[in-house]
Amino acid sequence: MMKKIFARAYLAFVLFLLYAPIMFIAVFSFTKAKSLGNWTGFTTDLYKSLFSGASAESQNILSALGTTLLIALVASVIATFLGTLAAIGIYYMRGKKKAALQFLNNIPMLNPDIITGVSLFLLFVFLHISQGLVTVILAHVTFCTPYVVLNVMPKLTQMNPNIYEAALDLGATPRQALSKVLVPQLLPGMFSGFVLSFVMSLDDFAVTFFTRGSGGLETLSTFIYADARKGGLTPELKPLMTIIFLVILIVLIIMNIRSSNKNKHL
Amino acid sequence: MKRSSWAIPYSIFLMLFVVLPLVLVAVYAFSDGHGGVTISNLTTFFTDPKIIGSFLVSLEVALENTLICILIGYPVAYILADKKYNKSATTAMLFIAPMAINALMRTMATAEIFNMAGIPLGKGTLIFGMVYDYLPFMIFPIYNVLDKMDKSYVEAAQDLGASPMTAFRKVTLPLSLPGVLSGAMMVFMPTVSTFAVSEILTNNRIMLFGSVINEQFNNLMWNQGAALSFVMLIIIGITMFVGNDSKEEDAGGLVL
Amino acid sequence: MNRDDIIINIEHVSKSFGDKKVLDDINLYVKKGEFITFLGPSGCGKTTLLRLIAGFLDADSGTITMEGKDIDGIPPYMRPLNTVFQRYALFPHLDVYDNIAFGLKLNNVPEDEIEARVMKVLKLVSMNDYEDRDVNSLSGGQQQRIAIARAIVNRPKVLLLDEPLAALDLKMRKDMQIELKEMHKKLGITFIYVTHDQEEALTLSDTIVVLNEGRIQQIGTPTDIYNEPQNEFVADFIGESNILNGTMIADKKVSFIGHEFECVDEGFGENVPVDVVVRPEDIYIMNQLKGAQFSGEVKSCIFKGVHYEMTVETDNGFELMIQDYNAFEVGSTVGMFVKPVDIQVMKKACTANVFKGVMTSLNTVEILGCEYECPETPGISKDDEVNVEVDFDKVDLLDNKDDAPQFGNVSFILYKGDRYHLTIVTPEGYHVLADTHDVWDKNDIVGIKILPQDMKITKA
Repeated sequence: MMKKIFARAYLAFVLFLLYAPIMFIAVFSFTKAKSLGNWTGFTTDLYKSLFSGASAESQNILSALGTTLLIALVASVIATFLGTLAAIGIYYMRGKKKAALQFLNNIPMLNPDIITGVSLFLLFVFLHISQGLVTVILAHVTFCTPYVVLNVMPKLTQMNPNIYEAALDLGATPRQALSKVLVPQLLPGMFSGFVLSFVMSLDDFAVTFFTRGSGGLETLSTFIYADARKGGLTPELKPLMTIIFLVILIVLIIMNIRSSNKNKHL
Repeated sequence: MKRSSWAIPYSIFLMLFVVLPLVLVAVYAFSDGHGGVTISNLTTFFTDPKIIGSFLVSLEVALENTLICILIGYPVAYILADKKYNKSATTAMLFIAPMAINALMRTMATAEIFNMAGIPLGKGTLIFGMVYDYLPFMIFPIYNVLDKMDKSYVEAAQDLGASPMTAFRKVTLPLSLPGVLSGAMMVFMPTVSTFAVSEILTNNRIMLFGSVINEQFNNLMWNQGAALSFVMLIIIGITMFVGNDSKEEDAGGLVL
Repeated sequence: MNRDDIIINIEHVSKSFGDKKVLDDINLYVKKGEFITFLGPSGCGKTTLLRLIAGFLDADSGTITMEGKDIDGIPPYMRPLNTVFQRYALFPHLDVYDNIAFGLKLNNVPEDEIEARVMKVLKLVSMNDYEDRDVNSLSGGQQQRIAIARAIVNRPKVLLLDEPLAALDLKMRKDMQIELKEMHKKLGITFIYVTHDQEEALTLSDTIVVLNEGRIQQIGTPTDIYNEPQNEFVADFIGESNILNGTMIADKKVSFIGHEFECVDEGFGENVPVDVVVRPEDIYIMNQLKGAQFSGEVKSCIFKGVHYEMTVETDNGFELMIQDYNAFEVGSTVGMFVKPVDIQVMKKACTANVFKGVMTSLNTVEILGCEYECPETPGISKDDEVNVEVDFDKVDLLDNKDDAPQFGNVSFILYKGDRYHLTIVTPEGYHVLADTHDVWDKNDIVGIKILPQDMKITKA
């Protein structure tokens, strides 16, 4: 019993540490003072200012947020498509070719962000491709796709290898067999891969930084980096962080309720 | 059409966006910028005290960060995976959730707290912030391995006369090492190569290796930057080789 | 029975997981040196019982003593017994030698003695020269031997084996059965064995404990259990059998399938309904009617390797399964007889369903957690607590569970020669027994309909 209390207390303590900074930001997003820890009374002014886009800064934040979401969405959709096709292909491959492709697939995951960023920067320079939104998206697809492959693969190995043949045997065309039989089996893996890709893309700084070119493309990460270089947190970022944190929490809770409901029905 | 050919588009993509760029890193590393071949870019790594110094500091910080993450993260993963203490997957998700929040945002928040508390930014705050950033990456793979581990191993050990403590030391711990190893990989290398995070957490006082590479590229010294990246690639290659040797099966990584 | 001969004694042990009672008042003892088997279908509680003895679980109530000492609260690592686990649980990070030496090293046995004992035990399980092998490179049968070696090298007083052969193929299983039996003889220690395979239990054991739904059904030697099953469940679970409704007319005289037979059972009383078990190989079958007790027509005949298995419809319309070394032509008329000693008479657990209920109005009653229509009975009014009696053949089973007030899951099926005897469990856990001519499968969901005129209501 003592052990149980101790174990729970330890978990609670580490969780507190992990969440403390975000919590502080959340609390101080409801006051106006510029520096953290200085409470000058409750107000939602920062939220109003962020969403009205009144100041130049909040306009910049909103446009950076839009760009970030756009990049994440497009890159994850492409990565999910490319990665699922690749996983099916790899699953049916044999021998050295299969091992080689799986090895290549691991490289972007093992490479530190900065190496991925630098190497792609050199590629675009070498090919004389002007850098901007498209190159950033391509770069994000590069480091997202391996995660899709990795999440779809186990679903393929768990699957009965004969179901594709069974569908063909029952008169489905290869296209129908893919859409009506294979894809539904792989869907959970594709979904996990998509979510991971989306999150990795939102989280990325280094790769974006090296592949965005000099056209003034800003994502949240690069905006915050620039902010930090200037030596302070733009006040409107505080409400934004709070909202992002809440959205993630809500998504997690919904996912958990859904999965626990599923377990009950089994 | 053969189904194995469905991997062709991705194969081409990998050649173009993974293999070719890495080849280019090597090419730039060995060229002098005027069409000639040189190794001087590489030798500056050893001769420039600023570069080698920052490299050593990076290794030290990464080592400390990895060790602290193991010390804090292992017990967390262990408790989460033990049905006696935790029955819900939600608790495990809570520890992974911070990964979904932009790393720079979290780092900024941490730095702001240090500022508020009046703690001067430096090595201490750097390590603290790094642990805070990378802890979930350590917890997750260890949790995965422990959660999947057959509980009868521990029972067998106890059946053969091992106390719970001994059973942990002789069976659970060695069997969970692949998870610790893959957690260490996910913490160590990114720490060495990080640049924005260290700049924010030390107010530019400590330059990690990633910052040095970034600085070279900022100053248009692409060949030197590529050479430093090349050094990192070699190190990663070696750790992969060594790591692959000892690890027999996939220790989980980031599969949801 | 000398108390010193008992190594483990289990008294009034019960265990629940949540709401589910897994073990219900278990009482048994294990003699020193015997090979005892816990036998039952999956979910009967046999593995739970083993884990209670090993110390991985604690009983909710009751005591387990080992050599006279209560072992409650003693952790598994302090108990002088060792387990062979279901899927072996060999440590994958250790080689064969280190797996076997694991327990000895923990007990600080000197290094040279460890080596001698490991080598000796490897020889015992016929795995010499395998000490340096990686356990993952071994076949299932080899892993099994190492798991046994790892347990017995510690010289436990009792060896627990949790379905150790379940993962092996048939041929391997047969070979290992013989080896286990020989090992038991050589070592002279007590073996407690868990299995769901009745043939394995009959082959290996000195004593068999048959378990079902958390209760002991019968304890006895393999011969006892096979020849004199104490109830329908044991008769059905162990070997093949014809289980039939019968009536004990008087001592040593029983009637079933429309005929009277001599038997050896006494003390049931007169004209008492009973269950009769006749093993298929105990019915003598011949081509003539002279000397036969009853006759019938062969309906099917299948060759089973050693013997033929035939279905015969008797003159009174009952179906019997018969095994014989000779084949009898399908469609031919045959004569049959059964020796008195081969007729096993069992007391019926009950002869009709009796449900406890409450009257919700003059002609409705709540039973099985639902409201049923019932006849108005003089002297019984609303809110009275009543007993509702329903004969087995008056319970109607419906395909569609929504057509009846209550439904249930078919959990046990017994063929009684002319009808099926079903045990149906409702979601709330009520047991309903039904006789039917329809064929249902195990785990079918059925609606339970009872007509008002088939209920007999008495005050509780």
